[in-house]
Amino acid sequence: MSNDIVDLITAKHDVRNKKRKLNGKEKFWLTFRYVSLIFIWFLVVMPIYVMVINSLKGIKNVYLVNAFKLPEKIDFSAWSVAWSGTDYFPQSISDSMIRTLVFVIQSSIISAILGSINGYVFAKWKFKGSNFIFTLFLFGMFIPYQAIMIPLVRIVTTLDINKSIYVLVLAHVIYGIPICTLIFRNYYEAIPNELIEAGRVDKASMVRIYRSIILPLSIPAFVVVLIWQFTSAWNDFLFAIFLTGGSPKLSVATTALNFITGSSNQVYYGVNMTASLIVSLPTLIVYIFLGRYFLRGLLSGSLKG
Amino acid sequence: MSKSVINRRPISARIGGLLFVLPSIITVLIFVYGLIIWSVNVSLTNQNSGSKKDIKYVGLKNYTDLISDERFTHSLLNLVKFTVVFILGALITGFIMALLLEKGIKGEGFFRSFYLYPMAISFIAMGTVFNWILNSARDGDAGGLNLALQKIGLGFLQNDWYVSEKGAMYAMALPAIWQMSGYVLALFLAGFRGIPDDMREAARVDGASESQIYRYVLFPQLTPTLLTILIILGHISMKAFDLIIGINGKSYVTQVVAVYMWESTFDSRDYAKGTAIAIVLLIMIAIVVVPYLRYNSKQQAYR
Repeated sequence: MSNDIVDLITAKHDVRNKKRKLNGKEKFWLTFRYVSLIFIWFLVVMPIYVMVINSLKGIKNVYLVNAFKLPEKIDFSAWSVAWSGTDYFPQSISDSMIRTLVFVIQSSIISAILGSINGYVFAKWKFKGSNFIFTLFLFGMFIPYQAIMIPLVRIVTTLDINKSIYVLVLAHVIYGIPICTLIFRNYYEAIPNELIEAGRVDKASMVRIYRSIILPLSIPAFVVVLIWQFTSAWNDFLFAIFLTGGSPKLSVATTALNFITGSSNQVYYGVNMTASLIVSLPTLIVYIFLGRYFLRGLLSGSLKG
Repeated sequence: MSKSVINRRPISARIGGLLFVLPSIITVLIFVYGLIIWSVNVSLTNQNSGSKKDIKYVGLKNYTDLISDERFTHSLLNLVKFTVVFILGALITGFIMALLLEKGIKGEGFFRSFYLYPMAISFIAMGTVFNWILNSARDGDAGGLNLALQKIGLGFLQNDWYVSEKGAMYAMALPAIWQMSGYVLALFLAGFRGIPDDMREAARVDGASESQIYRYVLFPQLTPTLLTILIILGHISMKAFDLIIGINGKSYVTQVVAVYMWESTFDSRDYAKGTAIAIVLLIMIAIVVVPYLRYNSKQQAYR
């Protein structure tokens, strides 16, 4: 696993000639690098900074001209309004957040199980044409979903499943098959064939080998896929807006937020900012604690494993 | 030795593999390829409203209509402008980040984690903030970027951003660059670190300067990485949808192909037109992605 892409990125690289005293030119370049890195850091952090400080200014004192100014007094009232609503701000975010959390967890778990089985076969039990079929899968990962959306909407409307949140579970499981299969396949490719052969010599069946040899080794890949599916389903807007048709009863985090910030509530900037921040928190928290696994999922999309 | 073991494998095991993935294969065939064919089929009819009466095949009429549809050509042109600025911007920014980090520096992990976080956040959420940051109010009323530019003495750079007809798509590329530069950084960093240290050492022993090492030894090794990045950024850019909706809704100035498809389908209920636009988008993306997939599967076969 030495050529593993995430290991390469996060490898402790030698800070060359650390002990030696730097000469003037080297000192200049080191300073230049730090100044540039810090400058970029400010640019990257700025939008989140704006979000956070403006969510702490309460309801009334949020104006564009003060966008970068710290709050004079920390006031959490926008948080409670954004979360549970009040009479002048009825579209709160809490119901949609909980609905999203429930469906996203379900779709991620189903996706991971399917991906693991598929990946196992495509990596270790190749059949005639399996590489070709795998490439067909991969293409499904790159298509613009608009190209299947109108027939999909028709199917779910005809079958009358567009009245429940399970329509999104279905969509994310189906269109998650390619990426989940890819992540598991790449992971299993790195498991030595000798382990499988040893199982075969003991006359273990394919299922038995999966259960007792492969599955116990799969936890990191499961984490990668769960996080990937969680993040992409949480942040998804396209499927949600087409398949639930903007019905408020089925609004998820992104569609509810788009409705709030895009509608006549524009005056309540502080509440809008807070709602946006709340919607971003779950995926941000996952990133903060499991960033390495998130990165691996992200890079799978480039097919480089 | 291992070959003989494989040959002694019972037939049931070889088919067994297929049996386990068959449900997924059928699902993908139906829901990806089947529905694409269905979409193509709809796009060849005159299904221009919810009613299903008098549906006839009209050949490529919906596609030829798009050519003369000013709104479509407008959204296509917007997409081209956006794509060019976004790809160049993200490529250059990500490459600079990678150059700054690749040799290893104290605090690298800190910077890298922050540079990558934008990809974990939805654009519907970030749209609220970028709507502010790229606000067109100037001088006394200025808030976001316009205010920041005044503060650092670059007030003359104040701009209308995504509101102006001329610069809207270039402004839209800024948040996209903000989000995707980290991805480019990650891929380039992996590229740099995949190059064996011996190559640098050898060049150094031969008397090459640091800049010569980059120019003649390291950069040529990054060509495959560059290709991957271009394809990834290209297909993401062509699909641009929630980024645009999140910041500026369905506004005409910033409309791109995916947004126009949504508008045609949802607001005008013109399913034939909607599918035609979607298929055009699919073809554009396939032109970029299919050669890459073929190249990739050949690489896999040699492994």
